[in-house]
Amino acid sequence: MASESASGGGSTEYIQHHLQHLQWQVGEGKFMVINVDSVVIMLFLSALFLVLFLTTARRATAGVPGKFQAAVEMVVGFVDGLVRETFHGRSKLIAPLAITIFCVVFLMNFMDMIPVDWLPATAMAVGVPYLRVVPTADINVTLGLSLMVFLLIQVFGIRHKGLGTFFKEAFTAPFHAEGTAMKIVLAPVNLLLRVIEELVRPLSLTLRLFGNMYAGELIFILIALMTLNAGLASGMTWVMAPLQFISGFVWTAFHILVITLQAFIFMMLTIVYLSMAAESH
Amino acid sequence: MENLALYAEVAKFTVIAAGLLIGLGALGTAIGFAILGGKFLEGSARQPELTPMLQTKMFIVAGLLDAVPIIGVAIALLLIFANPFLTTIAG
Repeated sequence: MASESASGGGSTEYIQHHLQHLQWQVGEGKFMVINVDSVVIMLFLSALFLVLFLTTARRATAGVPGKFQAAVEMVVGFVDGLVRETFHGRSKLIAPLAITIFCVVFLMNFMDMIPVDWLPATAMAVGVPYLRVVPTADINVTLGLSLMVFLLIQVFGIRHKGLGTFFKEAFTAPFHAEGTAMKIVLAPVNLLLRVIEELVRPLSLTLRLFGNMYAGELIFILIALMTLNAGLASGMTWVMAPLQFISGFVWTAFHILVITLQAFIFMMLTIVYLSMAAESH
Repeated sequence: MENLALYAEVAKFTVIAAGLLIGLGALGTAIGFAILGGKFLEGSARQPELTPMLQTKMFIVAGLLDAVPIIGVAIALLLIFANPFLTTIAG
């Protein structure tokens, strides 16, 4: 993405400006910072999801459904089918959790479809210096979601298998032994493997969602850079503008698939991990 | 200025690192997707009535395959455009 104009430094500034969160220092040091834009947008989208689905549920009719009710029914039926074929038991937690995760993650990812400069420019006009509109492109948000899923997996496992079985299995799976001496030898090995496996899951969930969204957002910014500081007089603009339109169109089309797929994968992995936690090894 | 020499050093290795990140990630993903797609087509040809179920599972595995290379691409893009090592030098 070479910018021939003298705005070579301007490109870096543009990128770094668009990658900066709206931050609020709540204490000492670099850890005690809140990314206000991610938090506010995430709360707003969660409230939107709740309001929409709750009002649809209240007004649900057994007769001919309206369009929105049909859409909600499609989502609920789809997730219910997935949970039924993956989890062979009865649980009141998994399906609603899966619907929530899928819809909230999809809504947050969808913020990436809004053209890069629209919301930050509006915010700047109101006096807000930085704004990043995609909450899932912030690793704090995805890490928060994954840690909650991790805690739920442990709690769900303990509730379904009992505290005693849970701890016993941590020491005796996957290597089984007969004699007491071998059991004591293998116990730390099993524990280590178990801990690593349990820790890798939330890490991979976090980084998968974050990586996809961050890369998508960065490429949108780079595509927006193509016509930075371009005036109608310069001949380069007439080449860059159609190029920008085509690349923007192609990337947006591909990104729609990525958004849906990543929300689906997050939900699917949550369902699979929860069902694995409830079954004995 | 001696800062230019430092900058050049960092930039050299950054570019090579970014190239390796993206290239090797792409190599692995390409082979993985090719095998995945091939097996899906084979299975679908043997039992066409299973195609919708196989397609769903294929997308699940595709999402898992995608993850690590995309993380690599995200890190490579970060290195090229908002290099933390350069900001340490400048600061």
